[in-house]
Amino acid sequence: MGTYVPNTPEEQREMLAVCGMTDLEQLYDCIPEDVRLRKPLAIPAAASEYEVTRQVAALAGKNHVFSTCLRGAGAYRHYIPAIVTEVTGKEEFRTAYTPYQAEISQGVLQSIFEYQTDIAELTGMAVSNAGVYDGATAAAEACEMCCDRKRTAVLVSSTVDPKVLSVIRTYRFGRDAEVRLVPDVDGVTDLEALKEMLTDDVACLVLQQPNFYGCLEDADAAAALVHEAKAKLIMSCNPVALAVIKTPGECGADIAVGEGQPLGLPLGFGGPYLGFMATDEKLMRKLPGRIVGQTEDRNGERCYVLTLQAREQHIRREKASSNICSNEALCALTASVYLAAMGPQGLAQVANACRDKAHYLKDRLTEAGLKPVFDRPFFHEFVTAAPDEDAAEKILARLAEEDILGGLALGNGRILWCATEVVSKAELDKTAALVKEVLA
Amino acid sequence: MKLIFERSVPGRHSDLLPVCDVPAAPADYAPRTRAPRLPELAEVQVDRHFTELAGETRGVNGGFYPLGSCTMKYNPAVNERLAALPGFTDIHPLQPADTVQGALELMKTEEKYLCEITGMDAMTLQPAAGAHGEFTGLLLIKAYHRSRGDQARTKIIVPDSAHGTNPASAAMAGFEVVNIASDANGYVDLDALRAAVGPDTAGLMLTNPNTVGLFDPHIEEITRIVHEAGGLNYYDGANLNAVMGIARPGDMGFDVMHLNLHKTFSTPHGGGGPGSGPCGCKAFLADFLPGLRVGDSPEGLVRQTALQTIGNMRSFAGNFLVIVKAYAYLLSIGREGVPVTAANAVLNANYMMNRLKDLYPMAYDTVCMHEFVMTLEQMKHQIDVSAMDIAKALLDHGIHPPTMYFPLIVHEALMVEPTETESKETLDEAIEVFRRIHEEALRDPEAIRMSPRTTRIQRPDEVKAARKPAVTYDFGA
Amino acid sequence: MNFPKNLKYTKTHEWVRFEDETTAYVGITDYAQDQLGDLVFVNLPAEGDTLACGEAFADVESVKAVSDVNAPVTGTVAEVNEALADAPEMMNEAPYEAWFVRVEDITDTDDLMDAEEYEEFVKTEG
Repeated sequence: MGTYVPNTPEEQREMLAVCGMTDLEQLYDCIPEDVRLRKPLAIPAAASEYEVTRQVAALAGKNHVFSTCLRGAGAYRHYIPAIVTEVTGKEEFRTAYTPYQAEISQGVLQSIFEYQTDIAELTGMAVSNAGVYDGATAAAEACEMCCDRKRTAVLVSSTVDPKVLSVIRTYRFGRDAEVRLVPDVDGVTDLEALKEMLTDDVACLVLQQPNFYGCLEDADAAAALVHEAKAKLIMSCNPVALAVIKTPGECGADIAVGEGQPLGLPLGFGGPYLGFMATDEKLMRKLPGRIVGQTEDRNGERCYVLTLQAREQHIRREKASSNICSNEALCALTASVYLAAMGPQGLAQVANACRDKAHYLKDRLTEAGLKPVFDRPFFHEFVTAAPDEDAAEKILARLAEEDILGGLALGNGRILWCATEVVSKAELDKTAALVKEVLA
Repeated sequence: MKLIFERSVPGRHSDLLPVCDVPAAPADYAPRTRAPRLPELAEVQVDRHFTELAGETRGVNGGFYPLGSCTMKYNPAVNERLAALPGFTDIHPLQPADTVQGALELMKTEEKYLCEITGMDAMTLQPAAGAHGEFTGLLLIKAYHRSRGDQARTKIIVPDSAHGTNPASAAMAGFEVVNIASDANGYVDLDALRAAVGPDTAGLMLTNPNTVGLFDPHIEEITRIVHEAGGLNYYDGANLNAVMGIARPGDMGFDVMHLNLHKTFSTPHGGGGPGSGPCGCKAFLADFLPGLRVGDSPEGLVRQTALQTIGNMRSFAGNFLVIVKAYAYLLSIGREGVPVTAANAVLNANYMMNRLKDLYPMAYDTVCMHEFVMTLEQMKHQIDVSAMDIAKALLDHGIHPPTMYFPLIVHEALMVEPTETESKETLDEAIEVFRRIHEEALRDPEAIRMSPRTTRIQRPDEVKAARKPAVTYDFGA
Repeated sequence: MNFPKNLKYTKTHEWVRFEDETTAYVGITDYAQDQLGDLVFVNLPAEGDTLACGEAFADVESVKAVSDVNAPVTGTVAEVNEALADAPEMMNEAPYEAWFVRVEDITDTDDLMDAEEYEEFVKTEG
């Protein structure tokens, strides 16, 4: 049953005979008896495809898919065009290995080259890699790029997603290097405090745009301060917002990173996602992971190869700046197909709809009795305050009863809301009405 | 082949979204000054473009892919269908626990099964790939020594046959790497290991079966030497496919390890990812595990954090949809299927090796595990045909080449891993091709050196690509 | 293979051209570049860094390998040949013009060979 081994016992015997053996057991004569497992594994018996389907589908059925989603905080529900699913499901893309054999991998190599171009365009930076695990690891890897013997400390704004901060801390624990939190004031990075914290052991600042609370940061000012101190600016950006807001390149960032999930990847309970990384030419060779470059073959034909490989672990080993090998190539392809389906106009339409709906929701929730916590420009997320934590809990519970996943509770009655292009005015009005009912 | 940007025609687009039904909000922020130059295409063009790219991409479901150390086994269709269920794809990672009981149960159960297969006591599914799992495991080792107030253990021992990720992961975790040579059989040199361990040893990283495809018979001695010196043993699970259900790392003396769900547990490689690299450990390390732990409570399964957690390796729980595919695979093959899978992977490798070794010298002439390494050093010297030339010649016969020039300790290496999902007739065809190429190499070496001759692209200029990197499309002025 | 007489050589295939007793240029030899194949990049130290005899101070990359370049002298980096970063092919085409660094305040030197000794060394090693 279901082992996916095509060879029959008869064929297996024939093959064993070629090896001078009569029993599969003989293949393992080299393993010391002490470490042999001489009992069946305590896992279920093999099952037919039908049984497996029933069992796994039953687990899927125990999860609730909310009809309306007003929660973001690092993972966003957007519309995924049918063509995206269709293309990325193709067997060739899905089941290929890393394109080390360029001659038979031009398709995936070219798709990565196109993805790199898309990311460079979105971020306004010169170069991009083929992607890393997710937005948080992209930020952590970017910190590694900036640090050297003299500058080992990393500044992270306290308006950065706490999950991203946590991953940066874990990566920096590896290097025994310090992470210092820059305080926030009124929902954005405290630039006065930042100025004081830019000592000469600081390698970089990580700034999120829009930040965790949805507010837009003054990235230009941050860039100026950071550069004055000869440190580097890493901007962690929402890629949909980048369709309309000033790019990291225009703000003077040294490295742009972000979570690529909004570009056509499903929520998927957190993964697989996609970390994008872009930088300028000066830092290109410090980028971790794979990079595809254009070249010519021996007949002068334009083609693509994995390039600058001598940076990577399989060649540089312990001297490599990153250990990354497998990345999220299929997710990068997904982003690439999504951006091709949307085009510049479609992506701007998504971004504007997100912004408009979030602003509409904020106004309605304010009317319903919630207090906006920050009065600043924002994109598609914002924070409200309920009178107390109890009220916030009641609001979220009431919304859940009506199949609405409300915003994320931040504690002390605060809720982080998100609206994207997939929620309708009617859903937003209904949400506000329910909030009003709870607060009444 | 045109780039997607070269197919772009201003004004083309698809109608994917409705007109916005709320009033426009003020654009009260600094806007970007120029729209991103994304391609403008009708849907039919998008489809044809990527279909053309797919046509120039080779997947394992389309043909034999004997890449050593990559375990390119068939990726079952049912796994894909199940991972695409909306109950998995459309749940938000920050949903309340009571609305994701199925996801939490799946993760908890999979952790349990993987612990059983590996002989570990606890497992995190958070790492997104094998190297990420290695990094996780090394941070566990670091946190463990630190928690005991032992600051002196700063070195990780790595055999010279190891995957590059091992030393690179150790360096990222802040360790100094001590490389030790392998002995003539490709095993860990026990004397070199004894000489290398000491009060500064944090641990050893080992792949077993090792990267030349051999099970190290001294494994218990090796792990004992490291333990006696006060270090921990890390198992690189890259080659677990050869021994799962047959022998367990936990019984060999390993304390911490990672798995590659995209190798051993049949999830697709996606042209380079996403993978999934769960990290397992013995009980004494469990309190340091990162990320989301699933626990029991009267209200059902809940999210927890380990007491002395090293933090998070990435956002959220892991590459969840990949984890779902591996779960479906585990249920399919079940307790009987796990060792049968391993044994057939080993059988297929030995069968190919035995039918090729009269023509292609093997680096180690003994029963191999799931992969074997041939060395073309002699051929290179005698007729100037290299491992690379043979690999490229295979392309002309529709076979994906084996891994080339790895492990580094074998010269002119070709490393072949057929996997258990290949049928005897596929292996026979591949053997026939290898033999024909050998014959042609002797008869007309120049022709083999000119391989591939049938692919659209032939021997790209990698030097040019690296000297003057062009990594994005040049839009011109 | 070219072995200019005015240079000194190391066993790890670097050349040194002394300007005076405490100042020298350093690069890799013709033999080294031939063995390494097409070089695509060089990682150079920064001005002001100190070099220590026998220790790696730079590395050169080919497409599939990276190799350390060792310091033949102990001293301070006074100048770095940034042009190599843009034109790595110079290391292959004109290895004795493609200097990596100019070193000042030299306080120690490795066991250096003259051209004849080095040519002999390469012959026996190869």
